[in-house]
This record gives sequence, C-alpha cells and structure tokens, in this order.
Amino acid sequence: MSSFWLFLIIVSLAVIGFFVGTSRAMSVASGDKRKLHSLPSYYGSNIAIFTIVPSFLLLVIWMLAQPLIVSSSVRSHIPADTIDPGSTIGLVMSDVQRLANGLDVAVSQGFMTEEDARSVQAGSSDIRARLGQAGVVLGSSVRPEVLQAAQEYRTMTSTGDMLRAIFVIGIALAGFAYAFRKTSVTFRARNTVEKTIYTLLLGAASIAILTTVGIVLSLIFTTGEFFSIQACLSEVDNYEQTHLAALRAADMNLQNCPLGNVALLDQMTSVTGETFSVTTGDYLSAFADFFFGTTWSPSFGGGSELGILPLLWGTFYISVIALLVAVPIGLFAAIYLSEYASSPVRAFAKPMLEVLAGIPTIVYGLFALLTVGPLLVSAFGDDGALGLNWMQGGTAVMTAGLVMGIMLIPFVSSLSDDIINAVPQAMRDGSLGLGATHSETIRQVVLPAALPGIVGAILLAASRAIGETMIVVLGAGAAARLSMNPFDAMTTVTAKIVSQLTGDADFSSPEALVAFALGMTLFVITLGLNVFALYIVRKYREQYE
Amino acid sequence: MNDMRRLERDVDTSDIKISAKGVQVYYGDNHAIKDVDVSIADKTVTAFIGPSGCGKSTFLRCINRMNDTIDVARVEGDIRIDGEDIYDKAVDPVQLRAKVGMVFQKPNPFPKSIYDNVAYGPKIHGLAQNKAGLDEIVEKSLRRAALWDEAKDRLNEPGTGLSGGQQQRLCIARAVATEPEILLMDEPCSALDPIATAQVEELIDELRQSYSVVIVTHSMQQAARVSQKTAFFHLGNLVEYGQTGDIFTNPQDPRTESYITGRIG
Repeated sequence: MSSFWLFLIIVSLAVIGFFVGTSRAMSVASGDKRKLHSLPSYYGSNIAIFTIVPSFLLLVIWMLAQPLIVSSSVRSHIPADTIDPGSTIGLVMSDVQRLANGLDVAVSQGFMTEEDARSVQAGSSDIRARLGQAGVVLGSSVRPEVLQAAQEYRTMTSTGDMLRAIFVIGIALAGFAYAFRKTSVTFRARNTVEKTIYTLLLGAASIAILTTVGIVLSLIFTTGEFFSIQACLSEVDNYEQTHLAALRAADMNLQNCPLGNVALLDQMTSVTGETFSVTTGDYLSAFADFFFGTTWSPSFGGGSELGILPLLWGTFYISVIALLVAVPIGLFAAIYLSEYASSPVRAFAKPMLEVLAGIPTIVYGLFALLTVGPLLVSAFGDDGALGLNWMQGGTAVMTAGLVMGIMLIPFVSSLSDDIINAVPQAMRDGSLGLGATHSETIRQVVLPAALPGIVGAILLAASRAIGETMIVVLGAGAAARLSMNPFDAMTTVTAKIVSQLTGDADFSSPEALVAFALGMTLFVITLGLNVFALYIVRKYREQYE
Repeated sequence: MNDMRRLERDVDTSDIKISAKGVQVYYGDNHAIKDVDVSIADKTVTAFIGPSGCGKSTFLRCINRMNDTIDVARVEGDIRIDGEDIYDKAVDPVQLRAKVGMVFQKPNPFPKSIYDNVAYGPKIHGLAQNKAGLDEIVEKSLRRAALWDEAKDRLNEPGTGLSGGQQQRLCIARAVATEPEILLMDEPCSALDPIATAQVEELIDELRQSYSVVIVTHSMQQAARVSQKTAFFHLGNLVEYGQTGDIFTNPQDPRTESYITGRIG
C-alpha cells in the first residue's frame, strides 16, 4: 500500500474519530453537555489526535528507516569479489536500485507479471531488452548478482511496505480505541487537546531554530573544509620549496593536496626524508591569505589567489552609496508621511511607496543594466555630456549603488515612519505648547526621540544592502578590484558566491569551497549588524513603556 | 477657617487678562463647547472643574490655540488676551503659545538633559544673549519651579530620569522659562502622588504672583485649595463662575451643587 493511501486512511480515521468522539461524549453525558468536563468537540478532537499523531510519527520514522535497513541488508548480500576494481559498492547499489525501480515500472505497465519480475533469471531472458520495452533504460547488460540483489531489494521493500501499512493502521486504531475508552464525564479532554496544540507550536518554533542551526553548521563545516584545503596547499608550497631538488630528481610535481592519498604521501616521505604534515602556521597563513589578501583571481586550474578584501571593499562601497541614496530620501519621506501628510494623502502615498518593496530585485537589476547604467555613461562616460571620461561602461559601483538605494527607500521610510509615529503625542504637544513651530518640534524633539529607532532601521537597511545580489550581478560588473572611483566596475561578496558556484564547479576544489567561506563571512557581518540594530531598537522601546 | 481663606482671596483681581465671548468648539460633528463666556483675571488662579468630558480641557486648549493642531477641531467665537483677538488672522499661533505657557496632565519632559529641557523655549525664541544668559534663565526657572536644589547637581542628566513629581516641576520650569503671561495647567497633578501634588500646589500659589494661572482639575479639594476663582463646566456649558469660596459654599445652580456634593459627575 502506498504511503499516500495510508495517509488518506489515517486522516479519514481521524475524521471519523472526531464525530464518533463527539457523539460518544454526548451519550456518556446522557445528552446534557453541562455534565461534561469539556465541550463535546474536545472529546472528538482528542480521539482524532490519538488516532493521527502516533500513527503519523510511526509512518514518518518508518519511511526514513526502511530504505536504510533494506539497502544495508541487500548490500551485505552482494559478494565483495563481484565488484569491479574501478567500481565501488555504492555504484553497484545504485545499479541495484535502478534495476529494482525498472522492474517496478515494467510490472506496473503490464510488460511483466509480478511472478516474472520475481523469478526472472539474468541468463534465461534478455532483461535489458524487456525493460527497454517499458521505457526503462539501463546502462549495461544486467549481471546475475545485480539482478538477484534487485529482486531481493524488491521483495524486502514490498514486505516492508506491507508491514508498514499493518503497523501504522494498527497504531491508529489502537489510539482510536484508547481515546474512545477514555471518553468519560470526568476526562479532561480540553487539557489534552491544548497540550497537543502547545506541542505543535513548540515544534514549529523549534523547526525554525533548528533550521538556522543546521544552515550555520553546514556553512561552518564547508568553510572549515575550505580552510583546511588552503592550509594544505600552503604547506605544499613550503614543502616544494624546501625539497625542490629532491622532488625534481624524482620527477614529482605536487599540485593538489596530497592528504588522503597514502601512496603519494609515502612516496614523498621516501623521496625527501620529511613527512608531509599541515601545521598551525599553515592555517594562519591560509586565514591571512583569505582575510587580508588584496587579489581575487580564482582559476580552477590551480594557483588562484582568493583574497576577500576587494570583494568586501566592493560590498562596502556599493552599500554606502545605496545608503547615501536611501537614508535621506527614505527619512524625509517618512517625516512627510508621519508629520505633514493629511490622512487621505497618507492612505494613498504609503502603499505606493511600499509597492517599491514588492518589486523583485532582479527587476531592479534590469533597471540598473538597461536604464541607469546607460544614463550614467551618457553623463560621465567617454564623450559624455559632462566630458569627464570617468566611466568605462554601464556597469559600475554607482549604477548598482543608486538602484540599490531606490530599492531600500521603502525599507527605511516604512520603519522610520512607524518609529516616528511611536513618539508620544505628549512630546509634540509639550514642544508646540512652548511656542515651537512644527518643524522645530520635529527637528529638536521628535527626531532626537526617534533617533535610536531610526538608526536601527538604517542598520537593518545596511544589512540588506550588504546581502543584495541580483542588482550587483547585473549592475556592478564582475571585476574584483580595489579602486576609489565610484564609476569603476566592482563586485561584491554575494555576486562572487554566485559566480563561484554556477557553471561546472568541482565542489571539492578550493575555488568552489571559497564560496562557503565568503558566505560565512557575510553571515557573520550581517548577523552582527542585525544584532546591533535590534539592540538599539529594543533599548529605544524601553524609553516609553 | 473659611473666612480666613476669603480674606486671602480678596486680592487685586480687577484686571481682566483673558476674556471669552460666545465660544463654540466643534470636534467634527460633536459640539464640545457651547457658547461659553468667561473673563479671567490677571495674577489669579482660576480653576476649571467639572465631570470628565465636560469640555474644560478643550476650553483650556482654546486659550493657546492648541486645538489648531487637531485637524477636526473648529473654534468659533471671540477670545481676547489683553484685548487682542487671538483668533485674528494677524496672530501667529506659535507666538501666542510662547506668551501662553502650558503644563500637561502627564509630565512630558523631552528626552534631553534637564538643562536642555528648560533651555528649549528660550533657545527657540532667542531669549538669551549668550551661554551665561541662558544659564541664568535656566537657574531662575528651576528655582521658580522649586526644583533647583534637587536638580542643580544633575543638570546634564536626562529629564526622563527624574521622579514623576520632579518631572512635572521640570515641565513647569520649562513653561516659565519662556516668560509667559498666562500659564495653563491641564490636570497637572493627576499623575502625581500626594506629596508631589502638595509641592506643585504650593508652586502654583507662588506663580500667582507673576502670572494668570488657569488650572483644570478633577479634584474639588485642589480647586478649593489653590484657586481664587472657579468655573464649573457641565456637558460643554459653563454652568457657574465665581469666587471659589462662593462656588463651594453657596452654589447658585443646582447642577453645581449636585456636582460638588458628589451627586453627579
């Protein structure tokens, strides 16, 4: 029985349970609701919960565990000597799985009977051709032991599926019966139901937290891998330089990290007389190269320089320009909206401004590439209106910064607007009552009172600017460079993460793994900014409450 | 004791500072103040009493045109300060408010230092020639508000760090720093404990020497303690206005009598 049908059966059992429980509660109370501890629907929900929760848990655990158990059992039955020298047990297992799935397809489409699939021998008929009829393509001719394993795999899986159906439905029925028996006038069904809801909410919250932890851990591990490869490569350099002659004589050319290749390590030791080992110093130099390197030139053939500084500089430069655009405009818009605009204007203008926040960033990127870039070139470029010749092409820090600033305007204005509105009216009255004008009141009382919150809003906007990708990819170019000219093309950390991981990246090479180190650095920076922003916003809140 | 109080009250109250005639206030469709006529004397404390929502605060806010800041509020009628129509087009409400100070129900010090709170008005209106002049104004105002001794060593600390009673006296100091001619107080003690209330009341009595003080209060005892004249408002009407002693001992209108004896309100 497929898991989908199993799911439907459990759900319908639970629905039935709800109605049975409700009417059961009414009957034990002999029709008088007031005699019950809880409302009848709670008794119904209680039965539904006892039907659904344990059986679902079992179903999920079973679905996770069964493939593991089946494949490890099948794997142990494959004789080790039948594995080709170039192959591994993992590759054979994937053949087995493919074949088992192929047989499933063939049976379900009627090209084979179930009996056939179970008893067919590799020698007696051309299984490959028969599966081909069903549209299942196998790479090579099927070997007897693989076929046998596939058959075993199928048998075990179908037995497992049957057992699963029996157990899951059994548990569901048992839960149903247990909850049904507990239904009595004094049973506190409401408390049980609320405890379940509590657990559900707790579960949702934990998933959010666990996911964050999972993401961070995966970043940390891959970043660690990157640094260990870089440290190893730096030790390779040292090693080569110290033992240049010996290695030349033995015609050895070290390029990749030799760790993990025992034969090569042994050979190296015998040639040079020194054991190859990565030291703390190598790690330090890998860290230094990454964090303080001023050149970014990845090349997948080896010999790349992966310094983060040009990328950080690009990120910083673009973000600063974006904030220079977004903060004044956003703040002034917020002041206008919250202090001066009449309510019809506000009702119209605020949603309009927030529409900007709904535009996908890739669209902003297109705007940068097709409109803002050419416009800037026509003013600052070769033969431009200003005759300055500062700008070589449409993609530049300025282009991306301006467009990103436009993107951030609603972010700044919306948050600042809320914060300015949170300044108590009593403050304004106090100032107006002293004979201050509206604008003096805003400048000298409202804004200083709202300042910590506004700073928080700006920091949140900054962390968005730092993490922004698409506008940079399209608007700022791809060249990593350290330059002061805002009309030069530069690139950011995020844009480089994209370019390191797209295309035919070999995920074990440092050039691809560096993306994770970049991601980790970016994560730490934005996390720091966010924590700082939230700290300031929270401190501000305490002032009035 | 009552006689003594009456003697004390017979101060020079001949100068009319504020005169209002036929004042109507509307909040949208709600007719909040109905045809109020009142003359408020100089160097006197005038108390407005009445049940909640009777319009006493609204009327108070007409005197310094704070109602202008509310979009839906509309004021009709004639209010004159020293004979000048304050709703005349030629009058700048901002200048008017510098002349008519206001203290609010809840202490509302700005999130600035004590010094800057008091110096706020003088700085805006350019009352001080230099830093020394400003220092002098701040000290004088804090002294008048009976806060100098408590605050002189912590002028640079935030005003929000003071206790409730101190904050309210800071707000009074802030209001007197701009040297107003009239001081409006909207339930200035309703957020204070009895001790702070006593301090503020004592202060109000002293301020009478220089200003015309109009105070809105819910506490009839307070009105009796601090004011020379009392006006009773009910449902937007000015029901009765006269010497405080007369209002409390010999009310003319049955509604006033019901209110001060606690039967309505």
